[in-house]
Amino acid sequence: MTHVPTAETAAGAEPTGTAAEALLGTDSTRFRHDYLEVRGLRVAFGGFVAVRDVDLTVTQGDLRFLIGPNGAGKTTLIDAVTGLASATGSARFGGKELLGRGTHRIARDGVGRTFQTASVFEELTVLQNLDIAAGARRGPLTMLRRRGAVPEAVEQALELVGLTALRDTAAGVLAHGQKQWLEIGMLLVQDAHLLLLDEPVAGMTHAEREATGELLRRIGSQRVVVVVEHDMDFLRSFADSVTVMHQGQVLAEGTVAEVQNDPAVVEVYLGSPVSTEPPTTQAAGPLTTQEDA
Amino acid sequence: MTTTHRTTDRLAALLRPGRSRALAGFALAAVVLFAVAPLLLSPFRLSLLAKFLCLAMVAVGIGLAWGRGGLLTLGQGVYFGLGAYLMAMHLKLADAGPGGVPDFMSLYGTGEVPWWWEPLRSPVATILLIALVPALLAGLLGWAVFTRRVRGAYFAILSQALAAAFAILLIGQQQTTGGTNGLNGFRAFFGYDLTDPVNQRMLYLVAAGALLAMVLVARQLMVSRFGELLVAVRDGEDRVRFLGYDPALVKTVAYVVAAVMAAVGGALFVPVVGIISPADVGVVPSIGFLVGVAIGGRATLLGPVLGSIAVSWAQTSISEQFPSGWIYFQGALFIGVVAFLPGGLASLVRRRRRRSAARSAPPAPVTQTEGSTP
Repeated sequence: MTHVPTAETAAGAEPTGTAAEALLGTDSTRFRHDYLEVRGLRVAFGGFVAVRDVDLTVTQGDLRFLIGPNGAGKTTLIDAVTGLASATGSARFGGKELLGRGTHRIARDGVGRTFQTASVFEELTVLQNLDIAAGARRGPLTMLRRRGAVPEAVEQALELVGLTALRDTAAGVLAHGQKQWLEIGMLLVQDAHLLLLDEPVAGMTHAEREATGELLRRIGSQRVVVVVEHDMDFLRSFADSVTVMHQGQVLAEGTVAEVQNDPAVVEVYLGSPVSTEPPTTQAAGPLTTQEDA
Repeated sequence: MTTTHRTTDRLAALLRPGRSRALAGFALAAVVLFAVAPLLLSPFRLSLLAKFLCLAMVAVGIGLAWGRGGLLTLGQGVYFGLGAYLMAMHLKLADAGPGGVPDFMSLYGTGEVPWWWEPLRSPVATILLIALVPALLAGLLGWAVFTRRVRGAYFAILSQALAAAFAILLIGQQQTTGGTNGLNGFRAFFGYDLTDPVNQRMLYLVAAGALLAMVLVARQLMVSRFGELLVAVRDGEDRVRFLGYDPALVKTVAYVVAAVMAAVGGALFVPVVGIISPADVGVVPSIGFLVGVAIGGRATLLGPVLGSIAVSWAQTSISEQFPSGWIYFQGALFIGVVAFLPGGLASLVRRRRRRSAARSAPPAPVTQTEGSTP
C-alpha cells in the first residue's frame, strides 16, 4: 500500500544543507547559551521513589545519551522535566524553572519530547501534523481560517526528515521509522530547543538508524538533545556523552569510553562485580532489593 | 491526484472535494429547503419539517463536539432547553402585554413576574440572552471540567446528569417555569400571529436559513486549522499538550459552539411546535439528539444533519403506525449502528466512493506530489 522505508528513503532523510540550516538556525538568539540544568531531582509515586537526587547538565552541541536498565528512571526523568510527573528539586532550561508548571507552558518555553511509541495524529496527514506542531503561538483569527500557504518551517522540516513526498499521506499509514522522523520534524517546527527523545530508533532498520543518528547529530550541534536509548551500537556511533542511570540515580557520566570502563556500570549491566573495590555503597548490585527512602 | 485516491485519511478525503463542490451542495440544499419543500409540502408537513430542522441544529453542534472533538455530549437537552425556555418566556411575556403577567403564573403562582423574567420582555435582550446564557454556562462548565481532565465516559455521565438535574429543576418550579406542563399557548412571535399559515411558513424559512448558516459555520470550523487541531485533541490529547497547546481550551470552544447551536435550535423549536416542557429537555431527548448524529455519521459535515432529519421523520411516521413502538426501534437502530457501522451511514458512502475511485485510478506507484497543496 504505502511507501515502505528502505535504505533509499533513509538516505532521503539525509539532511540537505539549506533546509537544515534554515530550520535549525531559527531564532537561535533566543536560546543561544541555553542548557538543561537538573539539580536534586526527585520523583516519588506514593512510597516508591522512582528518581532521586539526580543532577544533570546538558549543553548545546553535546549529544547526550541516557541509558540504564529497565526501571532505572530514564523515562520518569523526562516525564518530570516535561511536567507529566510531579517532582521536587530543580530543572531549569533557558534560565526558567520547569518544575511545577503546566505541560503546555513548558512546551511553549522550548521543551519538546517524543515517546517510546510514536504518537503522531494518525488520522491527519503528515503536513497537518507538522502544521499543528508549528502553530502553538497562532492567534484565534489564524486558527479559524483554513491553512493557506504551507509555513516555511514546515516545508523545511518535510525536506529535512525526508517526508516531502508523503506530505498528504495519513500519518497512521506511515512506517514505524517514518513516524519517528515525523515526530522529530514536529519537535523542530515546534521550535523546541531542548529535545528529549525516548528511544527514537527502536524498531528501525540499520539504514534508518544511521540516517536518524546523522540527523540527531546535526540537530545536536544547534540544540540541546537528550536521547534515551537501549541500542548500544547506536550509542557508540553517535553519543557525545553518556549518563548511566540505575535505580533512580545517576550511576556514571562521561564519554562512551569512560562509561564503558566504569566498573559500576559494568556491574549493573553484567550483573557481577569486576572491580575489587565497590565504587559506592549506593551502586547496589542487582540482587539487593529496591530500598524505600 | 493519484495519491489523493490512495490515501486512507478520512479527514483529508473530506476536505479535498474543495470549495466548488461545497458551493454546489450548498446551493442545492438551499433550493430544496427554500423552494421545493414549501411548494410540495402541506402546511402541516412543512411545519413538521421546520421542527425537524430545529432538532437538526442541535445535531450540527453535536457532530462538531462529538464527531470531531470526541466529546460525547449526552446532555445537549440543557442548552436546547435554555434556548427554548428563554424564547418561551419572552413569548409568554409578549402575549401578556407590557407589564402583564403570563396566564400560568396567575393560575399557579403569586401572580407576580419574578425578577429574572423581566429582562426577557425586550425582544433584543431575549435574542442576545439565547446566545449568551448557554455560551456562558458551557464555557464555565467546559473549562472547569476539561482543565480537570475529565473525559470520555466520565464527561458523558456528567453531561447527562446535568440534563437530568435541569429537567428536575424545571419540574420543581411550577410557579415560574410551568412545571411539568412547560410553557405553551403562545399567540404571537415577535408580533406575528402564530396561527396565520403565512407566518408559519415564514418560521419554517427562518429555521431553514438558521440551519444552513450553522452548517456553514461548522464547515468553516472543520476545514480551519482549529478543526485540524480539534481532531488532534480527540486522537491524542496529551500529545497536543506537549506541542504547547492547552487542549482544555480547544475542547471548551467546540463545546460552547455546540451549546449555542443547540440553544438556537431550541429557541426556534418553541414558536414552531408551540410548546416546551421538561419532557423535551431531559435525559431521553438528550440521547435522542445523539441517535441521528450517530446514524448519519458523526465525524462528517452533513451526516449529523441528514441523520437527524431522517430519524425525526422515521419517528413521526413510525409513531403514527405503532404509537409506542418508536422507542424500541430507536434503541435497536442506535445499537445496530454503533455495533456494525461505527462511522454511520456516511461511512458507506465514503467506502463506495473510495472503491469506485480505486477502480478508475490505475494502480500507479505513489507519485511525487511536491508542490501540490491540498
